[in-house]
Amino acid sequence: MKNNYYQPDIETADRKIIEKLQSKRLTEVVKRVYERVPLYRARMDEAGIKPEDINGVEDLGKLPFTSKQDLRDTYPYGMFAVPMEDVVRLHASSGTTGKQIVVGYTQNDLDNWGDIVARQLVAAGITKSDKVHVAYGYGLFTGGLGIAEGARRLGCTSIPVSSGNTARQLTIMQDFCSDAIACTPSYAMYLGESAAKAGIDTSKLPLRAGIFGAEPWTDEMRREIEKSLNIKAYDIYGLTEIMGPGVAYECSEQKGMHVNEDHFIIEILDPDTHLPVKDGEKGEIVFTCLTKEAFPLIRFRTKDIGTITHEKCKCGRTFVRMSKPMGRIDDMLIIRGVNVFPSQIETVLLQMNLSPNYQLIVDRKGVLDTLEVQVEITEGTFSDTISDISRLEHELADRLKSTLGIAAKTTFVAAGSIARSEGKAKRIIDRRN
Amino acid sequence: MFIKQLSIFVENRQGALSKIITMLSDSGVNMRAVSIADTQDFGILRVIVNDIDKALDTLKSKNVIVRANNVIGVELQDKPGSLSKVLGLLTDGGVNVEYMYAFVTPGNLNSAYLVLRARHNDKAEKILSENGIKMLSEEDIKNM
Repeated sequence: MKNNYYQPDIETADRKIIEKLQSKRLTEVVKRVYERVPLYRARMDEAGIKPEDINGVEDLGKLPFTSKQDLRDTYPYGMFAVPMEDVVRLHASSGTTGKQIVVGYTQNDLDNWGDIVARQLVAAGITKSDKVHVAYGYGLFTGGLGIAEGARRLGCTSIPVSSGNTARQLTIMQDFCSDAIACTPSYAMYLGESAAKAGIDTSKLPLRAGIFGAEPWTDEMRREIEKSLNIKAYDIYGLTEIMGPGVAYECSEQKGMHVNEDHFIIEILDPDTHLPVKDGEKGEIVFTCLTKEAFPLIRFRTKDIGTITHEKCKCGRTFVRMSKPMGRIDDMLIIRGVNVFPSQIETVLLQMNLSPNYQLIVDRKGVLDTLEVQVEITEGTFSDTISDISRLEHELADRLKSTLGIAAKTTFVAAGSIARSEGKAKRIIDRRN
Repeated sequence: MFIKQLSIFVENRQGALSKIITMLSDSGVNMRAVSIADTQDFGILRVIVNDIDKALDTLKSKNVIVRANNVIGVELQDKPGSLSKVLGLLTDGGVNVEYMYAFVTPGNLNSAYLVLRARHNDKAEKILSENGIKMLSEEDIKNM
């Protein structure tokens, strides 16, 4: 199969060349932030580090971390490293888990952003003659305009439908002959279902690729989307603080996302020791921006848990590959000494076609931690006989045990009975303290 | 011949059952027979009603998880040995009963009615009908 590269020189460069470039750019960016961002100057002074102490990637560990709280404390423009006259765009994170933060881009930043998104588009087989249907929201959210930037750099046609109005999305997809679509995976699932309901035969549409990100999704969802929309689905990773979509991108191998290492350094750190873990081991994902001018972050702690691998990818790209984020450090529960992520439980529920509305109740009986997983019953899972429901409870318990490594009690509860706030269910009740 | 039964998921906590029964009574649905199967965490409320469509609409509109499923309604003479005969036929036919419950009506005090659900409902129905056991229709339920 033909390998599609947008910038083959760097995407398939020798590792030594990539590391040399990273070292050079790291030295430069550290110098810039020390001179221009008071927070970094103060942190480095405090740690007794001068820019000249940083001579390459091997010195990365000497640098202080940046946290989400730092961005809130310096809100709105305290982390900007260029004067406002050089800033051509602002974006903001939605702030569902706290106060919103604002990020800035120079013209160069936007061009670089476009390039890394274009790498994803090309890796997904999209060419200049294709039309990309962008159903991510356009606005302060980086999704819509980020993908559009990539389409512009590549020179393909973007269709800025933005989010919502599913009937219109389907009409445009058919009438404008969209070749690819970009949106959140959950919306892609919904589009697939809606197309089926509307009697649209997706195999007759030109649509052949989808680029999905901005929220966690599973391999089961990927298969579902690929089937219902009759496309190949690619996973794009990004976060507003670092750039937006395109920080890492998936090739046709679909085995992890290549991190755009000429623009970012990824580290996977042990949550306790803050030291790098081995390839394949889980840890906190930390990013350093190498080329960003307006909003360059050094060792930004994402609080996402993931893994990386340096193993050579069959696609020919030499950038390291990161896993999908497997959960949040904040959400991680330690039950009987075992790390448990709610996302693992979600995967099992989805595999068994159970309701995504669940709640974890962690308690302590004597000295032993207990975990109960309550799941809302659905019409599809309910039966008139106790034995059918018990069988399902047992199957769920068995699967959870093999996934989590600890036993959990499983209970079905009435539909709608799990409390929701702002549309999101409250997932965890920890009664141990 | 089958009749329709409503099966409703009820959490095992105070007020849960009463809430569902009130929804049914508010909508003017009359219950012919009621049974509850309970476990430690939840129960399944099983009811035979005079107006199944109305009951379903009412419960679904309030997001209650409910299913209408086929059960066998049997009319028995209200005297010793009637039930034993029916169960004997099923046992001989190799059919397992999942659950059953009984009710009587003021209109016909000579008869007792049995609601029965077998693991293999079709097979059970065939055995009973071949042996001339009187089974209830949806129409019978409406007219009780």
